[in-house]
Amino acid sequence: MDLLRFITAGSVDDGKSTLIGRLLYDTKNILADQMEAIERASKTRNAGEIDLALLTDGLRSEREQGITIDVAYKYFQTPNRKFISIDAPGHIQYTRNMVTGASNADLAIILVDARHGVVEQTRRHSLIASMLGIPHVIMAINKMDLVGNSEDRFLEIAKNYTELAEKLNIKDLTIIPVSALNGDNIVDKSESMSWYTGETLLSVLETVNVLKDQNQEDGRFAVQYVIRPQTEELHDYRGYAGRVQSGTFKKGDLVKILPSEQESKIAKIEFGGNEIEEASVLQSVTILLEDDIDISRGDSIVSLNNSPIVSQDIEALVCWMDDRKTLKPGSKYVLQHGTARSRCSVRDIEYQIDINSYEKLDEVESLKLNDVARIILRTANPIAYDPYQKNRANGAAILIDETSNVTVGACMIE
Amino acid sequence: MSISVKEASGITTDRSTPDYLDQLEAEAIYIMREVAGQFERPALLFSGGKDSITLVHLAQKAFAPGKIPFPLVHVDTGHNFIEAIEYRDELAEKIGAKLVVRYVEDTIKAKGLKEQTGKNASRNWLQTFTLLDTIEEFEFDACIGGARRDEEKARAKERIFSFRDEFGQWDPKRQRPELWNLFNGRIQKGENVRVFPISNWTELDVWAYLKREGIALPSIYFAHERELILRDGKLLNNTPVIAPDPEDQIVRRQVRFRTVGDMTCTAAVESHAATLDEVIAEIAISRISERGETRIDDQQTEAAMEDRKKGGYF
Repeated sequence: MDLLRFITAGSVDDGKSTLIGRLLYDTKNILADQMEAIERASKTRNAGEIDLALLTDGLRSEREQGITIDVAYKYFQTPNRKFISIDAPGHIQYTRNMVTGASNADLAIILVDARHGVVEQTRRHSLIASMLGIPHVIMAINKMDLVGNSEDRFLEIAKNYTELAEKLNIKDLTIIPVSALNGDNIVDKSESMSWYTGETLLSVLETVNVLKDQNQEDGRFAVQYVIRPQTEELHDYRGYAGRVQSGTFKKGDLVKILPSEQESKIAKIEFGGNEIEEASVLQSVTILLEDDIDISRGDSIVSLNNSPIVSQDIEALVCWMDDRKTLKPGSKYVLQHGTARSRCSVRDIEYQIDINSYEKLDEVESLKLNDVARIILRTANPIAYDPYQKNRANGAAILIDETSNVTVGACMIE
Repeated sequence: MSISVKEASGITTDRSTPDYLDQLEAEAIYIMREVAGQFERPALLFSGGKDSITLVHLAQKAFAPGKIPFPLVHVDTGHNFIEAIEYRDELAEKIGAKLVVRYVEDTIKAKGLKEQTGKNASRNWLQTFTLLDTIEEFEFDACIGGARRDEEKARAKERIFSFRDEFGQWDPKRQRPELWNLFNGRIQKGENVRVFPISNWTELDVWAYLKREGIALPSIYFAHERELILRDGKLLNNTPVIAPDPEDQIVRRQVRFRTVGDMTCTAAVESHAATLDEVIAEIAISRISERGETRIDDQQTEAAMEDRKKGGYF
């Protein structure tokens, strides 16, 4: 049984929290005391039915205002898979939270209200899903009960959305008519929409193949830490601790160290102190090399015949996340890419992308919170990267403010 | 290696798909190594409870064949279970780790802190003072803890690298965005980061992992007969550190502890589960959450944990 991370995105009142609540409830993942707590809270807030949305609203101000202000994680399982649900807020100034949540997601559920169809926020959420390279998207058309469970309305929205998705980089799209409130097509097939013959939401979540989304070709390993026990029996031991970002590594593989360009051969791969045959994508292992060369945190070990780009000039899409300062050409930041950190300066803002119309805006002087743009960076040290859309793990980077140390930008290197 | 897990939950899986426990383990080890790589003086908060026992095991795997490159730190309320304390000392000795213990009792005396009194009085909140003092004493810049997001709704919103200001405070509205697996541990002197490598694990995942890895636990996690205080439907250990209440009943029951915290705020559950398999089977069918069943400290207000965290609590 494996793990699927998915994000839900929608406008305020599209019913995201209710959808997650429904998934948990119908898969019997809500425990008795949690249910009682929700029943208690539902009663004090509004007379009426149990509000499944209260399951995901964790902070006091969220419960008071009835909105989600921060990324929330929920855990549940079915006999077929374990799930981490990432709930990203729909409110306009929290777009940065969706980018944050989307960065680790294998799949995105984008919700629309069947009465309103595709709205500005849908376009924004879809662009973010596409830009962050989420391989699978489910368009959940919610509140179908409020449009009389109409197939015509479903087809109309589905057509609008398909046209939108074609402009984006969405590899796998499934469109499902649902009612989170009534539980239609979430876990159980809807009886009110017998015209819909496709899969339920849960069925897609359970069966989507995420293993093949991983980059299995390009051997990339960022060194996190050098293990040197320096005891008598392990006097000369030097192990490079890290996680395989993509591809696989085996004993005897010829490798190259970047950015130094030195070559070597893998002498041994260990996990928990024991030798293993092979390390594949996402495994945390320790690599030992045949040659005694100087390697430290921030260096990459890569397959000899399949090298990333090594450069100090980087072009990237950036989502700006700071609400206090703007990004301007000439500003300096710390770029964190893999385990490497380098100072960098912004050479230019090539263009901004209007995240609603997808138009390119030229001659932009600065970026403010939630703006998306293509920028050119110059780093102090060479960075060994792959384009993000080819290799999510080795194409992602963050910008850190040098004085406040806050994470201010998310970069997808192009 | 993971067959037992599947037996316990009644699930069988195709061998070619990655196992979720392997995925969670790899992520936790990655996080541990980020801590070692990014910080100068990290510490691992270790209480002798199952979550921190899991952390120690993961840290051993992360740095093998070397030793864990940071000390184990315990903030002892003086109200801990003796079995957990013994386990703590034995494990630290066995793996050759440096163990730092600081006592809430000492902080109370040194600072003239006022303890809660009356029914359900607990030193749980006072732990924060000792923890912050210990961080200052050793200049720890990162503290690794065993909190999980499935435990509690404020925890569900916290980052894996959770930035704390110079007063140890958590500000939920000003958390750093945490993208991909790029953890930003840059801080100024005096600030620190709390790191939660098993954020994405559930209670059942921890139990399944303990079983798969063959990790020993303190005996109180398994069913045994004990004298207890029956109070408001919850079973508390019968110990002098719990202030008596006229309504209390003293009973003898067959119980185990599902979480092992301060005795004043940790309740036992009635159980006959004497082995890990039996415990896992019971938890898998339990209809009550871990903290809901056993933690008295969370039930006082709807935002009890959120308020404690803002004050510097773990």
